[in-house]
Amino acid sequence: MLPGLDLRLGHGVTGLLGPSGGGKSTLMRALVGSQVVDSGSVRVLGHPAGSRAVRARVGYATQAAGVYDDLSVAENLAFFARVLGVGADEVDRVLEVVHLTAHRGDVVRRLSGGQRGRVGLAVALLGRPPLLVLDEPTVGLDPVLRARLWDRFHDLAADGAAVLVSSHVMDEAERCDRLLLMREGRLVADDSPAGLLGRTGARSIEEAFLALVEEGR
Amino acid sequence: MSARVTLAVAARVLTQLRRDHRTMAMLLLLPALLVVLLWWMFSDADPGAFDRVGPALLAIFPFTVMFLVTSVTTLRERTGGTMERLMVLPTARLDLLGGYALAFGLVAVVQSLVTVLVSAGPLGLEIAGPLWMLVLVAVVDALLGTALGLFVSAFARSEFQAVQFMPAVVVPQLLLCGLFVPRDALPPVLGAVSDALPLSYAVDAMRSLSTTTGTGEAWRDLAVVAGFVLAAVGLGAATLRRRTA
Repeated sequence: MLPGLDLRLGHGVTGLLGPSGGGKSTLMRALVGSQVVDSGSVRVLGHPAGSRAVRARVGYATQAAGVYDDLSVAENLAFFARVLGVGADEVDRVLEVVHLTAHRGDVVRRLSGGQRGRVGLAVALLGRPPLLVLDEPTVGLDPVLRARLWDRFHDLAADGAAVLVSSHVMDEAERCDRLLLMREGRLVADDSPAGLLGRTGARSIEEAFLALVEEGR
Repeated sequence: MSARVTLAVAARVLTQLRRDHRTMAMLLLLPALLVVLLWWMFSDADPGAFDRVGPALLAIFPFTVMFLVTSVTTLRERTGGTMERLMVLPTARLDLLGGYALAFGLVAVVQSLVTVLVSAGPLGLEIAGPLWMLVLVAVVDALLGTALGLFVSAFARSEFQAVQFMPAVVVPQLLLCGLFVPRDALPPVLGAVSDALPLSYAVDAMRSLSTTTGTGEAWRDLAVVAGFVLAAVGLGAATLRRRTA
């Protein structure tokens, strides 16, 4: 699926960008250990991805939210907190982070798409995992909320977590410490936003991305 | 396996059921209402028939209902992304299966109590053996439905397909369990098939409990059903994949 991919992730906020179907989700699923990997090895925090030792230490959120529609926001979080073995106070903390405290009693089915996605994001934050893998966490959110969440991602990174965020919105790229551009299952760039702009002479990340794609042909 | 996670899953499934009042009412009351209907149906024409057919229904309802409920619930887990999430969390597959078995087993206890008490009380169903053992058979039988439902949900892409497994998996067992034609009077081939189907043993256990005070035969039949439950749980566990393509 992702031929010849060789990559090391460190601290900070790493953005994974590229068009839909380019392999972003596959790479993320390989990191959390839910993707069948034909060859090669994926190691997370010193252990094989998805192994028992790291499963509680990787937070994962997808576009599919992965929460129970027929439970309330708080019930969903309380359940996953129990599975993880973290205290109930964590529920209040993560609700605050994703700005859903006011909706804690609402049944998920009645929430908007963006709110529903944030419940999934809150689950990923439970227990302060040292690695966060967030697949398009800001889709369908208004600009104010998007900016807020990006600030939170940086807070988490400042606390020492490695945060990998995918997006196909290029303007979010500038908020990352490091950028991975992915297209058709291949990594076309791995640089800081400034480095990428400098190297391509482009004025925006979007332009730089297009230039790199042209270059690769 | 962890007791904490198993209990968390069971509590979560029960909370989901509690929020769904209609499903809860159907789970707990529908079997008893259907038994009442059956009793009423025979009341003028052939009152003795209720004593012959009633015990078989006590085995058929918990199995059918739990099969349906579990196949749809676990299909939702598989398609809604919660299964993938649980599989990347520190959840053992047996935690998930155990949690489901615990939650639906508890529902089966209440459901069977209501059905058995209504049958043996106001409807006057003749039951020679101990009532608690009828409830026990019903619960193991319900767990069989739960385990099989979990297994077949792996082969359904939609809730529509999941419901279609009911006629495929449950109805043949219902036809061959001795409810319509005594098992020993079936054509030899069908008799052999009937011997290989778990519901036959649950019905046999209910029958012998209602006609004799001895429980030896019922325990033997119950052991066979329990064996099928373990096999179905194994099959169900095999369909819970941590990694998918």
